Amino acid sequence: MKSKRLLAGPYLFWSVSFVIIPLLVIVYYAFTSDGGTFTLANLSQITTPENLKALGISLLLSFISTLVCLILAYPLAMILSQKQVNQTSFIVLIFILPMWMNFLLRTMAWQTLLEKNGVINSILGFLHLPALEIINTPYAIILGMVYNFLPFMVLPIYNVLIKIDPNVLNAARDLGANPVQTFLKVTFPLSIPGVISGITMVFVPALTTFVISDLLGGGKILLIGNVIEQSFKQNSNWHVGSGLSLVLMIFIIASMALVAKYDKGEGGTAF
Amino acid sequence: MSNKLIDFQNISKTYGMQTVLDDFNLYIRENEFLTLLGPSGCGKTTTLRILGGFETPDAGRVIFDGKDITDLPPNKRQLNTVFQKYALFTHMTIAENIAFGLKIKNKSKQYIHDKIKYALKLVNLDGYENRMPDSLSGGQQQRIAIARAIVNEPKVLLLDEPLGALDLKLRQDMQYELIRLKNELGITFLYVTHDQEEALTMSDTIVVMNQGYIQQIGTPEMIYNEPENAFVADFIGESNIISATMVEDRLVKILGVNFPCVDEGFGQNKPVDVVIRPEDIDLLKPGEGSIDGVVTHLIFKGVHYEMEVMANNYEWLVHSTDMFPVGTQVSIHVDPFDIQIMKKPESEDEEAVNIEE
Repeated sequence: MKSKRLLAGPYLFWSVSFVIIPLLVIVYYAFTSDGGTFTLANLSQITTPENLKALGISLLLSFISTLVCLILAYPLAMILSQKQVNQTSFIVLIFILPMWMNFLLRTMAWQTLLEKNGVINSILGFLHLPALEIINTPYAIILGMVYNFLPFMVLPIYNVLIKIDPNVLNAARDLGANPVQTFLKVTFPLSIPGVISGITMVFVPALTTFVISDLLGGGKILLIGNVIEQSFKQNSNWHVGSGLSLVLMIFIIASMALVAKYDKGEGGTAF
Repeated sequence: MSNKLIDFQNISKTYGMQTVLDDFNLYIRENEFLTLLGPSGCGKTTTLRILGGFETPDAGRVIFDGKDITDLPPNKRQLNTVFQKYALFTHMTIAENIAFGLKIKNKSKQYIHDKIKYALKLVNLDGYENRMPDSLSGGQQQRIAIARAIVNEPKVLLLDEPLGALDLKLRQDMQYELIRLKNELGITFLYVTHDQEEALTMSDTIVVMNQGYIQQIGTPEMIYNEPENAFVADFIGESNIISATMVEDRLVKILGVNFPCVDEGFGQNKPVDVVIRPEDIDLLKPGEGSIDGVVTHLIFKGVHYEMEVMANNYEWLVHSTDMFPVGTQVSIHVDPFDIQIMKKPESEDEEAVNIEE
């Protein structure tokens, strides 16, 4: 027993030094002022109109992105799960391939594509079609989020769908359900754990991102991630940054708890 | 009993290069317990899936109660299936599982409630309404799968190796349960299995299949006592299958010794296969039987002893309640009506009967 416990040592060391301590440091900064005295002022920074607006936009854009990802990913995951194995691995590869490229690079590529005189508008201009002016708008940010996070929605749903015994679906058909009823009453309920994992894996990074909004929003649209980034880097105010981070964490935990509440005891998926 | 309820007409089915069914013809009568029996890959499950609507035949028609149902989707067919690994809906309670088909048909709450009660009673699982499938044992899950199927009052119940995942004792109990259910419900059962004992115990009619061809159709007694070819003889129970020559009517030469038998019409001096069941061989004192030999193996099997007797260069498998130690000199005797004569396969189609080991 003792030697087995020793094996856990490195992981314990890792999580203490790189997860627990940093978290405590953030909590410390969040609750103290420059002088080191206890204060709630950093937390209440979230109530300033600019910050509330940033949080609101962040929640809205992440919600829309997550929804769009879900709508795009589910049919794709279904198609993939019904294919033969060798066909699937190729299609899955196509989807995963972009993930092997740097995230920043991919987002910058979209910047180039969407620019006023970018690739897409050049092609549209050549075809005498009206130009697409979505760069530096929330639409571009949603596009960037969906593009970057879509695989994180596809894979967990795909993984759940391939594990469903085809005979369970046959049984539903056998008992009189048509294909739509089979999907609504059997396939979808059985895939909820995957959907919840997918939502978590898209919603959380979308809510906290600042790179996508920086590059595709042109600095005009501030998300809560940008506000936090600015307080750390531009204003060098670690106390406010930590306070806002903590509030954001609470928002994430709350929204995940809300999602988990609708996941009837499937257990061990998102949380 | 004489009504043709289901009629498979010239069914063919191919997967890629592999022909699973080739011009398959079979009918099932109303109220019959019919078992498709054969080794894996013989086409029995494909046949059941074609009837269930989960596979479409490449050629041929399926007639159900006088109507062509070949192109009907599974949800439009008046039959229900019990799948091999239960295939219960794990996200629903037992009651919701059983109610699934009835809710789709928009039956009243009271009707559904009564049906659930009735079905659970029928499979001896009263009071399990609110349990989840995962909390039940394999045997209980299988009984729920049966309950879920029969509440829809199908004309035919299809069972795809339903007892395959259960242990021996449970399997035997479930066999009796199924016979009881069949008698209480009075519906037609189409049962698929590779287990000859299950087939012999439960069926009215057994269809022995191999490589997409029907080898023999008959009652359990007919299949066991009068196998039509070496495959059937070998697949159903243990047996001694020996090449022999039919000298004339009622006389067969086995391993150089003439045995009187009861079969006629094979012609004179024609090569045949004979089947002698191990329990039909009597061991006598040397010189008293037809062939003398020596016991080479002895195993105690519980109900009987299993022995191997070397006689005329053939290892005879013998089952007997009397024990003869290894090395005992014995003589083999077989009563004429215990010798089953079978035609040797001639054409290529009949080659399919060749025993796969």
